[in-house]
Amino acid sequence: MLILECPCCGVTGEETEFAGGGEAHLKRFGPGSSDDEFHTYLFAKENPKGVHFERWRHANGCGKWFLAARNTMTLEVYGTYSAQTYEPPQDIKDKISAKVPGWSWREFS
Amino acid sequence: MSSAVSALGGARYEGYVRVEEQGLRGMITLRGDLNSAKMKKAVLDVTGVKLPKQREILHEGDKAVAWMSPDELLVMVPYDAVSETLASLEKALKGNHFLAVIVSDARAVFCLSGDDVREIVAKLCPVDMAPTTFAPGQIRRTRMAQIAAAFWMTSEKQIEIVCFRSVAQYAFDLLKDAAEPRGEVGAFL
Ligand SMILES: [Zn+2]
Repeated sequence: MLILECPCCGVTGEETEFAGGGEAHLKRFGPGSSDDEFHTYLFAKENPKGVHFERWRHANGCGKWFLAARNTMTLEVYGTYSAQTYEPPQDIKDKISAKVPGWSWREFS
Repeated sequence: MSSAVSALGGARYEGYVRVEEQGLRGMITLRGDLNSAKMKKAVLDVTGVKLPKQREILHEGDKAVAWMSPDELLVMVPYDAVSETLASLEKALKGNHFLAVIVSDARAVFCLSGDDVREIVAKLCPVDMAPTTFAPGQIRRTRMAQIAAAFWMTSEKQIEIVCFRSVAQYAFDLLKDAAEPRGEVGAFL
């Protein structure tokens, strides 16, 4: 079972209290972008076995969106953080590096 | 003019814990910047209750204010006082970015009372109900079986639960089932 701590209300809850929202840190391509960029934005998603960054919503709770760094294989959660960020906070990246040396995910490592 | 009634007309079940649907309660969803001095003052002036901190619920006489999210409060007042309270809040917050809406008739309220109230909630919600983790003064929004709900303790032997009115019967049946005699677990006694 996945246990997440919502950074918005401070509740530590189990998976069924939250709703997954797909990949985090997406760069949006809309009007004015090329067909390739738009296609990649819409359909090319990461699906790693290991370190992953996701959007979650505290659906049965405070209702807010946040981001989570976790491991899809071990279900370990490295940390949750504000959705108003462009990249994972350094302390969470350090935590991942300690557990999974040499990890990388899109442009982050 | 028709008279307002609560969802289940005060339905009641005597199990090893008493489950009771409460009468109508005035409720206002108030959203805005909870850190602003204006908001703190407005809530205190209008309700007489201080602005609660994260996951807190504060009572003052027949009024209460609960922290629902970083930008949302639930203001509870007697049912008949709700329009007046809304008007006062709107006046106090005029010129600020905020939203205040009466939700009284969109909610149902239940009260559990008895020695084992903690375990009734523990049976239905994915929440640690140990006294060291959850205590009077706190509010918890969560999932109760298949519906969204929020609850708080008014004392060690009493829990109030609020959910959407449209699922009031479902909520009552859940609580009734959990309070069925011979279903005692004794986890928190
Ligand atoms: Zn939350």
